Amino acid sequence: MSFPWAKEYTPSHPFMKWMDEKLPVPRLIYNAVGSGYEVPRNLNYFWNFGFLAGLCLVIQIVTGIVMAMHYASNTAVAFDTIEMTVRDVNWGWLFRYAHANGASAFFVVIYIHIFRGFYYGSYKAPREMVWLLGVVIFLLMMATAFMGYVLPWGQMSFWGAKVITGLFGAIPFVGEPLQQWLLGGFAPDNAALNRFFSLHYLLPFVILGVVILHIWALHIPGSSNPTGVEIKSESDTVPFYPYYVAKDGWAIGVFAILFAAAVFFFPNALGHPDNYIPANPMSTPAHIVPEWYFWPFYAILRAFTQDFFFIPAKLMGVLAMFGAILVWFFLPWLDKSPVRSGSYRPTYKKFFWFGLIPAMAVLFYCGGAPAAEPYVMFSQIAALYYFAHFLIILPIVSAIEKPLPLPYSITEAVLGKDEEAELAPTA
Amino acid sequence: MAEEDGVRRRDFINIAAVSAAGVAGVGVVIPLVSQMSASADVLAASSTEVDISAIQPGQAIKAVFRKQPVFVRNLTPKEIEEANAVDVASLRDPQTLAERTKEGKENWLITMGVCTHLGCVPLGAGEGENRGEFGGYFCPCHGSAYDTAARIRKGPAPKNLEVPAYEFTTDTVVKIG
Repeated sequence: MSFPWAKEYTPSHPFMKWMDEKLPVPRLIYNAVGSGYEVPRNLNYFWNFGFLAGLCLVIQIVTGIVMAMHYASNTAVAFDTIEMTVRDVNWGWLFRYAHANGASAFFVVIYIHIFRGFYYGSYKAPREMVWLLGVVIFLLMMATAFMGYVLPWGQMSFWGAKVITGLFGAIPFVGEPLQQWLLGGFAPDNAALNRFFSLHYLLPFVILGVVILHIWALHIPGSSNPTGVEIKSESDTVPFYPYYVAKDGWAIGVFAILFAAAVFFFPNALGHPDNYIPANPMSTPAHIVPEWYFWPFYAILRAFTQDFFFIPAKLMGVLAMFGAILVWFFLPWLDKSPVRSGSYRPTYKKFFWFGLIPAMAVLFYCGGAPAAEPYVMFSQIAALYYFAHFLIILPIVSAIEKPLPLPYSITEAVLGKDEEAELAPTA
Repeated sequence: MAEEDGVRRRDFINIAAVSAAGVAGVGVVIPLVSQMSASADVLAASSTEVDISAIQPGQAIKAVFRKQPVFVRNLTPKEIEEANAVDVASLRDPQTLAERTKEGKENWLITMGVCTHLGCVPLGAGEGENRGEFGGYFCPCHGSAYDTAARIRKGPAPKNLEVPAYEFTTDTVVKIG
């Protein structure tokens, strides 16, 4: 939102004046991420992760375009082209490992970004659309990451593709034809590999488009902040440039150190040794696990081992897995509390830290563990709690809890007092 | 076009133009969707012949059918007995062994080697592999256990291992598909 005190873009150079009349891109940038965008002064480090997510998308697109220059999406050679990229192409190892670990980095960043949204109630009015678009981005990221993991055509690639496309086979009546249509055959083969490559190249640009909408929707009400109190006056904000540009620059530094450490010293730590075995449709690896960022959802998929009334266990698992993310779409309306920030919601905060977060940690752990007891039982309990949190606990707690008193303004939260607050009528 | 009825020439042109565009749109979508289905070469490679003469009772082999494994298993009399001893009504996907084999060839159990849960290849066809607690096949992915008639007995899989269409062309050769 352009607050009345936001600086206006005033080009001085004749060329910039000419440009401003014909195609005001510099004005757009100035108002979106420059001095013209006023941001709450009290943002903590959690607010750096939106920017870092954008950086990760850029890293993935750049390294991905390079990878595509050396890759061939044919089952006969796909595995070898990746190995040749790593061994023979100049700096190929760097791009390959930056791309593979970049996916993990992207998910680390995005999970922290989503966590921020959960805790500080960023999804609440007037920012529902920002949240909904964010969930869409997350779903697109999952699809893109899955298809990217299939491209090296190793054992995990192949069996991951088979299991995930098998999920669609669980849909009643249309499942099997749908699965064959998605794969272009009866099992993952050349047709599937080719279309996955095509879509893996396409989807990041779709993500980029939705990211632009996400930022656009964000800039209408402006950024939220850790108190959840909306901006009231000029003393509540600082301009994005130079303040948050500098802070995001610092975040890039920390991120780059950690990312470089992973790429240079532990490039395969998050991978699976089985994916260095070329795909073999005749033999399933003993322990199929997806990439770590899918573990919580994979645990929910596997938690259903019994038929649920008339719904088969397999379909139930699939529905629950997708439902675990789709429930996020309803979050702005399931949470009825008028207070945004978890810091001022004592009851919600307890359920958040001692309920939802442990449940997700258990699901995360169990998703990477073998499909055996006691992990299945743990997943079942945690999955039950996960859904109970969103569908039962959150609507009830948010309706009945008594929030702590909020500061009058962001300024008061930062400085301890706000002169305007003393003049204002008591609310 | 009767102007007095309130229907104008322009309304007709409007509906006709939008209808034509709609038909054209569907015409474009059909090839766009259809091109993703299995192509002719994939469909053409959809039958396979297997020589079963060397499979001893108790042994199984993996053949390839539509780029997926097929288990051909020569059941021992004890395994047949175990399969027939089960109360069919108690099964998740009720079928008798006789329904899953050809008449007079009840020792030949021919099924897809594709778990009906999410498509992994179950263990149990290879020598020394884990056959699970019901002595048939065991899927390592999510723990589905199949009995000696390859019927689902435990775990998340909803169906028995699929029996593909097949026929004995001679006593020792099976044509699948």
